[in-house]
Amino acid sequence: MCGIVGIINTDGKRTDGSHIREAIRIQRERGNGLGGGFAVYGAYPENRDKYAFHIMYEGDRHNPAVSAVEDYLQGRTHVYQSEQIPVYPNDRIPRGPYFKRYFLKPIDEFLSPQQTEEDYIVETVMHINRMPDAFVVSSGKDIGVFKGMGYPEDIADYFRIEDYSGHMWVAHNRFPTNTPGWWGGAHPFTILDKAVVHNGEITSYGTNVRWLEMNGYQCLLRTDTEVISYIYDKLTRQDGLSKKDACFVMAPALWEEIDRRGDEKDRYLRQIYGTAIVNGPFGIVLTHTGGAIVLNDRNKLRPVVCAQAGNTYYASSEECSIRLLSPEVDRIWSPKGGEPVMIDMIEGWKEAA
Amino acid sequence: MNGMANNWKVIPAFRPVFDLDRCDYANGCTICAKECSFGEISLRPVKDGGGEVRYRPSANLSACNACQRCVKMCPQNAIHIEHQPMHTSHGYWTSEHVGNIWRQAGNEGGVLLVGNGATGPQRRYFDHIMFDACQVTNPSIDPLREPMEIRRYLGRKPARYGEEIGPQLKLDVPIMFGAMSFGAVNKRVQEAEARATQASGTYWNTGEGGFYKDLRIYGANTIVQVASGRFGVSEDFLKSAAAVEIKIGQGAKPGIGGHLPGEKVLKAISETRMIPEGSDALSPAPHHDIYSIEDLRQLIYAIKEAMEYRVPVSVKIAAVHNVAPIVSGVARAGADIIAIDGFRGGTGATPLQIRQNTGIPIELAISAADTRLREEGIRDTVSLVASGGIMCSSDVLKAICLGADAVYVGTPVLVALGCGLCQRCFSGKCPYGITTNRPGLAERIDVDQATQALANLLHAWGEELKELMGSMGISAIEALRSNRDRLRGVGLNEEELRILEIKHAGA
Repeated sequence: MCGIVGIINTDGKRTDGSHIREAIRIQRERGNGLGGGFAVYGAYPENRDKYAFHIMYEGDRHNPAVSAVEDYLQGRTHVYQSEQIPVYPNDRIPRGPYFKRYFLKPIDEFLSPQQTEEDYIVETVMHINRMPDAFVVSSGKDIGVFKGMGYPEDIADYFRIEDYSGHMWVAHNRFPTNTPGWWGGAHPFTILDKAVVHNGEITSYGTNVRWLEMNGYQCLLRTDTEVISYIYDKLTRQDGLSKKDACFVMAPALWEEIDRRGDEKDRYLRQIYGTAIVNGPFGIVLTHTGGAIVLNDRNKLRPVVCAQAGNTYYASSEECSIRLLSPEVDRIWSPKGGEPVMIDMIEGWKEAA
Repeated sequence: MNGMANNWKVIPAFRPVFDLDRCDYANGCTICAKECSFGEISLRPVKDGGGEVRYRPSANLSACNACQRCVKMCPQNAIHIEHQPMHTSHGYWTSEHVGNIWRQAGNEGGVLLVGNGATGPQRRYFDHIMFDACQVTNPSIDPLREPMEIRRYLGRKPARYGEEIGPQLKLDVPIMFGAMSFGAVNKRVQEAEARATQASGTYWNTGEGGFYKDLRIYGANTIVQVASGRFGVSEDFLKSAAAVEIKIGQGAKPGIGGHLPGEKVLKAISETRMIPEGSDALSPAPHHDIYSIEDLRQLIYAIKEAMEYRVPVSVKIAAVHNVAPIVSGVARAGADIIAIDGFRGGTGATPLQIRQNTGIPIELAISAADTRLREEGIRDTVSLVASGGIMCSSDVLKAICLGADAVYVGTPVLVALGCGLCQRCFSGKCPYGITTNRPGLAERIDVDQATQALANLLHAWGEELKELMGSMGISAIEALRSNRDRLRGVGLNEEELRILEIKHAGA
């Protein structure tokens, strides 16, 4: 199962976390208390130009992992600010790991000649994730991810997400079926500015993970969401595909359809990226700085509903969440399997906000 | 030595048994004796109750190979084949080994020849690998209701978007017919292969015996083979095909060449192979211009230049111990497709000792090759074709899950045309008319019927692939390539599991 909700204010209007908390709470049936989480875009406007690292440490602040990670970060980045992420233990979630956030930039001189700043950050994240007892929860600019073990509304209270606001929110309610539930395994899964919330269980995992590993990715979490995020990252950031083409690779048209259209570019994409196809049931909302993409598997084996109300777009596993947020909408529809819905921030949204 | 040795009698291990109550000999039926091309069945005169002479079938106990031809052709269902191994009192010396030595000590003794693939007791890994299926947490897909895609494209793929893609073979079903040369099989068989693959959207392979001129109209579905004998290789030959395959080795006889006896080299074969009629066609063990990987690279690029880079070039190797680094080298030498043939792969003629003892199983070979290419980051520069011992559609899918892009099948083609695996393909006496050009035998292949049989086989296996994929929640077969996660081993040890990169069942 799993439940997902996304709120995208394409004009940059900011909302606090109380809305999405309610929207995902009424999908409680879709989870089992083994994972909930939120991502907020526009969380740190005063540090917008720096990578915001949310790092989870097992145990408490005395864990030697904290100083090990911080030594590592000091050695290769400019850390402008670091602080504990405040948490508010309650009856439902009495304790959790130790969370810190860091605002940082790469040290330019350390980049190898072919390396982009983003490559460098990915390398940093991968390195920390291999260190004992430390896990990078999020690493994008102006983005915060709050997730853990529990129902999403309880996670929301644990982090008091109503204290944060942003122009784009996603939420996830987890019902794990493959990997055991743990704080780091909750969704959203993020890398740089991309966050994925996912409902499904992909059957192509073994094929996809081998393709990613061949291309230098380390899939440490062994989850579908991680794989989908990395496929998208590889296709768009590394290989330069458009968002639409990347979606086509993950959920391509049937060969017969490609033949009928005589579309040689689509044939080429499917030929060369065959092992990046994502098979099996999935409904995902993938968010990035410029907007969001909603995508279903080709057979539409998972529910996703989209809606638009003015400049605000919604995506949800169930219509009830949308109606709760906005009883009146201009448009509401269920996207077809394999046909991505692209939601782009409108031009000038930063200024307007 | 000029003396004559004793020819010890070796009674074959099989014999036909006739149910004379059912047999229609009394009405003059002699079909079984006519159908037996090995001379096992005699007609013995017996007098019936009225004193009339009738001819009754009788086994000679000298030549039966259990080909099942008489069984299949008897209109009365009056024949079956019995196994009658020679019993030795010695527990270690089997009748097979004793019989072989008697044959070799005899006056015509020499290298023991056999046809078909290895028969030994080595583990068939396919039988120890089980598929996953969807239950509850994800839905299986019903192939009757949802589109299921089994199309594959073979050929070099670029590492990333924007770079040029090499020429591709489009397979509507991920199964091709493996190399069986003109001479080893006859024109009728090749024509049926060509027509069936054309109808089914896949490819057949000419083998090393050239490409018979009348069949060149099927070039778009044909892979032509260049082997060490270079039989029939010309510019026209290369240009008539959809792909060119350089044959380095074959699973049934790794490291050795081929031998087509002069008796089988009739006019059409001599023309196609470009050798004199009646002469033995010997392909040397190595290519005499390939003594190293860099030589192979030169041949690959010579062919690519000749073909102006319009068709993919495949390299076929036998699965041997070092298959993984060899495959890596062949990929880097410029091959677009690499066909790996496991030790169970068939042949028209091979020395018994080579067939039974050389090479490795395809399951392990394809896994090791795929893993190595991924580790080196060059998996997509080449397509992998698995062959050698594939007996059913689930073997096809397991091979794909272990890293193959597609498979070659050879023996299933023969079996579809009637073959009973009697292993006497080199004798020229094939009772099904498959591996012979003898008048009276070759005509037993009806090309239309044979074409339909092969098309039926491809269709049936394609449908079974879709069923298997549907149960695994897969709607596009590329989502299973090297998808080891959907396999589990049963009864395999840790080393075997490691090489196959699969978990044991329950894990």
